[in-house]
Amino acid sequence: MTQILNAQKLTRYYNISRGAFAQSATLKAVDGASFTLDRGKTLAVVGESGCGKSTLARLVTMIETPTSGTLNIAGKDIVGASAETLRGLRPKVQIVFQNPYGSLNPRQKIGAILEEPLLVNTNHTKEERSEKARAMMVSVGLRPEHYDRYPHMFSGGQRQRIAIARALMLDPEVLVLDEPVSALDISIQAQVLNLLAELQAQHNLAFLFISHDLSVVKHIADDVMVMYLGRVVEQGPRDAIFANPQHPYTKALLSATPTPDPAHKRERTILKGELPSPLNPPQGCTFHPRCPIAFEKCHTVNPQLKQHGKTLAACHALDI
Amino acid sequence: MAVETLHLAPPGPLLAFWRSFRENRGAVIGLAIVCGVVFIAIFANFLAPYDPLEQFRDATKLPPIWVEGGDWKYILGTDPLGRDMLSRILYGSRISLFIGSSVMLVTAIFGIFLGLIAAFKGGIIDVVVIRIMDLIMAIPSLVLAILIIAVIGPNLTNTIVAITIVYLPRFVRLVRASAMSELSKDYVTAARVAGVGQWRLMFSTVLPNCMAPLIVQAALGISDAILEAAGLGFLGLGAQPPTPEWGSMLADSRDLITSNPWVMALPGIAILITVLSINLMGDGLRDALDPRLRRS
Repeated sequence: MTQILNAQKLTRYYNISRGAFAQSATLKAVDGASFTLDRGKTLAVVGESGCGKSTLARLVTMIETPTSGTLNIAGKDIVGASAETLRGLRPKVQIVFQNPYGSLNPRQKIGAILEEPLLVNTNHTKEERSEKARAMMVSVGLRPEHYDRYPHMFSGGQRQRIAIARALMLDPEVLVLDEPVSALDISIQAQVLNLLAELQAQHNLAFLFISHDLSVVKHIADDVMVMYLGRVVEQGPRDAIFANPQHPYTKALLSATPTPDPAHKRERTILKGELPSPLNPPQGCTFHPRCPIAFEKCHTVNPQLKQHGKTLAACHALDI
Repeated sequence: MAVETLHLAPPGPLLAFWRSFRENRGAVIGLAIVCGVVFIAIFANFLAPYDPLEQFRDATKLPPIWVEGGDWKYILGTDPLGRDMLSRILYGSRISLFIGSSVMLVTAIFGIFLGLIAAFKGGIIDVVVIRIMDLIMAIPSLVLAILIIAVIGPNLTNTIVAITIVYLPRFVRLVRASAMSELSKDYVTAARVAGVGQWRLMFSTVLPNCMAPLIVQAALGISDAILEAAGLGFLGLGAQPPTPEWGSMLADSRDLITSNPWVMALPGIAILITVLSINLMGDGLRDALDPRLRRS
C-alpha cells in the first residue's frame, strides 16, 4: 500500500467576529478538498495568496481540526480521534515553513532544536539523541561544528536545511512543505530542492508541496492541485495540467509563469480584477467575476469537480 | 594567524550583553552603586559601628561630623533617642532591598504563571485574568496598597503582600503580550507539530524568548517597590518602629525638619541614591537587552 494520507471533502471554516453588533461572518478557508498522498510522491498545491493553501497545511499537520470531511493518516482517522491517537500520529506528519527566520527558536542551539522532537516523543538517551541529530545534520549538508551554534549565526539556506533536518528527526511519513524555497535566493532554491528530492527518495516520503511558484512545481511535483478562494478548481497529474490545462484559472496561472527564453512569445491570459474577499465570495462559481469565458450559469451555480480529459476540473464551460 | 581566527567563536550572549551594557556610562555607575548597596546590606552587621536599636541617652540629636558640633563617635549623628544614624541607615538597606527583591520575586513567579496561562489558554480564562488585572490597575497603587494593609494589618510581610498585589498587573500584562506575539511565530507551531506538550511549550519554548522585557521590568520594579515600601513606612503602614526602615525613619523625624534637618535628610538621601541607581541600571539593561524599547 503506497497511500499514506487520504483526505475527503476536507473543510475548514472560521467564524470571524465583526464587533458586538455585527453578525459574525464565516470564512471558508478550505472548502471541500479531496486528495491522497502516496509514499515517494509529491502533491503540489498552487494558488495565489489567501486561497487556503496554508490552512490546508495546518489541517494536514493536525494543528487545526477540520470543520467537516475526513482526514485519514496511516490508516487512522484523525477527525474525532482521541488525544492519545493524535499524539501517536503527530510524528508521522511534519512541516517545513516558508520563513526560515521565524521557524527556528532563537534561544536554542541547533543541537537542541534537532533533539527536541526526540526528547518529547521517544525514550532515547542523551547520547542517542545527540548521535541521531549529528547524523541528520550530515545528511542535510550541515557541518558538525554547527551543532553548538545559534540560529542567528546561519544564512537563510542553512536555516532551511536545519528546519528540514528537524522535520525529519522523527522519521515522518508525510512532509508538508509550506513554500519552503520562496524566501530563498534562486541559487539556494535549487540546492534546497535537490536536497528535498534526495531525502524523498532516501526516506520514501510523501510531500505536500505548497507553492505559488509554478516553475518549482513543474520541477518537483507528481500531481498538482490548483486552489482558488478555498476551493479546488483543478487537480490531476503534473504533465496533464501543464500540457493541457482545463480550467480557465489554471490557464491564466500557467500563462503568467515567466520562461527564461526571450524569443518565446506566448499567448497570455490576463486576469481582470482582484481576488475577491474570502469573507464575501461571489455567488455561483467563485471565479466568475474574473473569468474570461463566464456565462449565465456561472453566476448562480457552483460547479463541481468532474473528469475532463486527464484532470479533474470544476468549470461549467467544460460541460458544454 | 589565519588559522587562529578560524577558531574564534562568535561572542557568547553574556559577553555581547556586557559590551552593549558598558556603552551606557550611567548604567555602569548605577550597577556599581547597586552592588555597593547590596554589599552594605549583606555585611551591615560588620560595617555598622553600633546596634541600630541601641540608645545613647547622653548623645541625642547630634549632627553629622561635617556640621559644627558633630562627634566622630557618631559619624552621621544621632536621632532624638540617641540611636546612631549611620548604623540605622546601613541596616535600613537590608530591609529596603529585602522588600524590593522579595516583591519582585513573588511578582515574577505569579506574573509569569498567570500571564502565560492567559496567553496560552485564551478564551474565558484570558478574559477573567486580564479583567482582574485591569481592575487592580484602575485603583491608584498607593491607595490600593493602603487599603490592603488596612485589611490585613501593618507589618513587613503584609507590606510585601500589598506591594506585590499592586505591581502584579504590570507583569502579567507584559508576560501575556510578549507570549502572545511569540505564540504566532512559526517555531512555536513547529514545536507543536513535533508534539511538544503545553507546559514545555510555555516554559521552555516561549518563556526564554520573552525574558528580555521581563528582566527590565523586574529591575525597574525593584526600585518602585522600594519607593512604595518607603511611602507606606512613612505613613506608618509598613515596617513598625523600632525597625530601622528608611520610610518610617523619615516619618519619625518629620517634627525635626526645622531644628535638626539632618535626621530627616539622611534616610531620604539613602532612598534617593538606591532608587536612582537601580533605575539607571534598569535603563541600561533595557537598552542592552531589548533594542525595541530603546529610547532615542
